[in-house]
Amino acid sequence: MDSQHQTLEALQDIKRIMERSSRFISLSGLSGLSAGICALIGVYFASAWLKEYSSGELGLETLKYHLLFLALAVLFLALVTAFYFTWRKATKNNLPVWDRSSRVLMINLLIPLVTGAIFVFALYLKSEWRLVAPACLIFYGLALVNASKYTLGDIRYIGILDILLGLSGMFFSNEGLLLWAIGFGVLHIVYGLIMWWKYDWKQGKENA
Amino acid sequence: MIGSRERKTLNPEYPGKKSVMKNPIGNLNKVFDSRIRMGVMSVLSVNDEVNFNDLKQLLELTDGNLASHLVNLEENGYIRVHKGFVGRKTNTTYSITKAGEKAFKEHIEALENIIKGMK
Repeated sequence: MDSQHQTLEALQDIKRIMERSSRFISLSGLSGLSAGICALIGVYFASAWLKEYSSGELGLETLKYHLLFLALAVLFLALVTAFYFTWRKATKNNLPVWDRSSRVLMINLLIPLVTGAIFVFALYLKSEWRLVAPACLIFYGLALVNASKYTLGDIRYIGILDILLGLSGMFFSNEGLLLWAIGFGVLHIVYGLIMWWKYDWKQGKENA
Repeated sequence: MIGSRERKTLNPEYPGKKSVMKNPIGNLNKVFDSRIRMGVMSVLSVNDEVNFNDLKQLLELTDGNLASHLVNLEENGYIRVHKGFVGRKTNTTYSITKAGEKAFKEHIEALENIIKGMK
């Protein structure tokens, strides 16, 4: 019947608009994947430099600058590639990348993230740098938990796992690099693949 | 475009005969028959405060089109308008009222009942 069809359509419209207006749904799984790969490449270089440092080939000051530069480069690459895949998904679905939902998402992501960045920078300046890696994980995890209300809810779980990893790192601080590799690398890759499978691959098949 | 003549009969507190006749299930709210007003209510029911431009972008509408529907919703007491400034530019934001929340919830329930009843 026609009116039944219209009623159902109206309900679906309401649901779709509610979802689209309150959550940024264009976040791509491939963004997580690319960020994770960047992190693992970073960990590879860092562990090589740490080895050179412990064998005396690299001075402490040089190592510090190397690591700081590496961290910034990894962050930059991860952000650029993550942004690219999300931008690609949004344009493919004819959705705006920069709208209310992405703005709200960014603000809520950035509050814990910037707090963490300043906190970690203070640790670095005060040479408390064994706590740098776990602190990064904790604040990043908090940022994801906070942001999960404004995008695909699944990032909440990776946030909680990052917080747990970070907290355990506070007690076992010699394993910083390993925790970093798990938290920023492996988790992102696993999460990215799951999300890509759940939201992009399957839906793409349904639409085809 | 909604004229003022029509608006009076659209008042949900005193639904006109027309709406009762058209919708056998009386809880359907005539005000939300318009897709645009339904869209505005959908956005405002899950977001605290949304400004005019964001509404326009979300619902893919033109200025004039959206404005008249917002006036209608405001006159029905379903949404609240805040006029503010960001720097020198006017920034008008909209939020849902308690009455609007209730009316929209009832409308959704009525829609759901129609679907259930027809199965």
